[in-house]
Amino acid sequence: MKILVAVKRVIDFKTNIRVKADQTGVETASVKMSMNPFDEIAVEEAIRLKEKKSASEIIVVSIGATTCQETIRTALAMGADRGILIQTDEAVQPLAIAKILQEIVKRENPQLVILGKQAIDSDNNQAGQMLAGLLNWPQGTFISKIEVSDHSATVTREVDGGLETLELKLPAVVTTDLRLNEPRFISLPNIVQAKRKQIDVIPVQELGIDVQPRLTILKVTAPEKRTAGIKVNSVAELVDKLRNEARVLS
Amino acid sequence: MKILIIAEHNNQILKTSTLNAYTAAQQISDEIDILVIGNACQNSIEQAAKIAGIKKVLVAESAVYEHQLAENLAPLIADVGKSYDYIIAPDTTFGKNILPRVAALLDVAMIADVIKIIEPTIFVRPIYAGNALTTVQSNDAIKILTIRTTAFSAATFTENTVAPIIKIEKVYENNLSTFINEEIHVSTRPELSAAKIVISGGRGLKSAENFKLLEALADKLGAAIGASRAAVDAGFAANDCQVGQTGKVVAPELYIAIGISGAIQHLAGMKDSKTIVAINNDPDAPIFQIADYGLVADLFTSLTELQTELDK
Repeated sequence: MKILVAVKRVIDFKTNIRVKADQTGVETASVKMSMNPFDEIAVEEAIRLKEKKSASEIIVVSIGATTCQETIRTALAMGADRGILIQTDEAVQPLAIAKILQEIVKRENPQLVILGKQAIDSDNNQAGQMLAGLLNWPQGTFISKIEVSDHSATVTREVDGGLETLELKLPAVVTTDLRLNEPRFISLPNIVQAKRKQIDVIPVQELGIDVQPRLTILKVTAPEKRTAGIKVNSVAELVDKLRNEARVLS
Repeated sequence: MKILIIAEHNNQILKTSTLNAYTAAQQISDEIDILVIGNACQNSIEQAAKIAGIKKVLVAESAVYEHQLAENLAPLIADVGKSYDYIIAPDTTFGKNILPRVAALLDVAMIADVIKIIEPTIFVRPIYAGNALTTVQSNDAIKILTIRTTAFSAATFTENTVAPIIKIEKVYENNLSTFINEEIHVSTRPELSAAKIVISGGRGLKSAENFKLLEALADKLGAAIGASRAAVDAGFAANDCQVGQTGKVVAPELYIAIGISGAIQHLAGMKDSKTIVAINNDPDAPIFQIADYGLVADLFTSLTELQTELDK
């Protein structure tokens, strides 16, 4: 069974982001970039499935600028087998991402596609569900557990009230939540080995898919900053303030 | 402009999130219908019909919709929704699971987690876990939105009028996915994302046993219990009470953070609370930078004192 994993290059999660003064977006020049953490979990899960002999090959795909090859390389160093970069310098919105992935699925015939539940930059949480819809495949979103057998996958989903377990017919699309696994550290020999693994670079135009953005971004702004209030000296003072100043307690 | 709201319910009651989504919809148009999909969900249907101002209740009731799975809900919503200008659901795991799939079937974009409607085609949504806001314009014929529930108040019910109920006869089968089971935490406390007061605990509580100390206080205040990711990862609290970027976003009247340092990812989930209280023994904890009232103290002593002080 082949597994396709989609990875996105984003601003590293530990970085404090800065909104550009001209309100066109967020500053990315000379900012540390990494693989989207949810995608790292997706790559890790694919590798674990391969280690359990549930999968035979792991293909990692990324959509974006040439620099996304670094992100693919990271996935290869973790243990994925080969990479595909769909190259574009434009920002691609979720529906277009899903259409590109649909085309890759057509070419590669994976039985399972694993994506992060959302990218930590645009926070859309859409691409996986959209891909499943376009393919008319079952979807397991926000999963914290997966078990794969010959024709189906059993997934546990993190839903608002607790957990939900579903059985999905394969092929299927799943999206990862945080508790699915803890991604491994990459060893030096694996980094060296990953350099020899293949990455196919395909310009997005060659796919013949309409990737024009459907939403126009009018501006990006910083949220109103909340300022620190006061320090109180005792619990009695705190309760007094909450009752008589903030009036949030009776 | 016609709007279709997708009801979030559990076959018994309509979730408050539906009422938040309805309030957002009212800022666009008054022509609002609601679609209730489920099985043996008469009570949810009756409640939906009593939402003040709702025009029609569309009902798809069948055993195949019992667990509201995306595989057959999406084509149903897409078919019903294609004669509307807007399809709107709350930005909960329910809405997030289903609406993107609907958008793909209708070949339109989706705008997730809307916190403000500026014009009928212009919306504001948070990105980078709320560290930036983006204002986007949609030019698609059908606009599909999920609504951040804490950004819009809940609409009310009325006993005066009851909207007409229209059954959808066509049934959409699902041969792709099967429900196996669920573990839903039942609590007598208010729902975390709708509670007026939230008490959250962090790693500072040191153990699952200590975490339980929050319960008595929560019961006294009628509060919901939340937790930081660190506390959830350490096994002190269940995952569904996690507040933060990757958990739930809350904006109660009063948020009390106990033993929470205030990682960016936690702040993203609670910084829109009206009043924030932080109790932590570390005076440099980042949580104090956004707290209205900060108390640097041992949190176990403070918890006991709080109990006594609240009784006064």
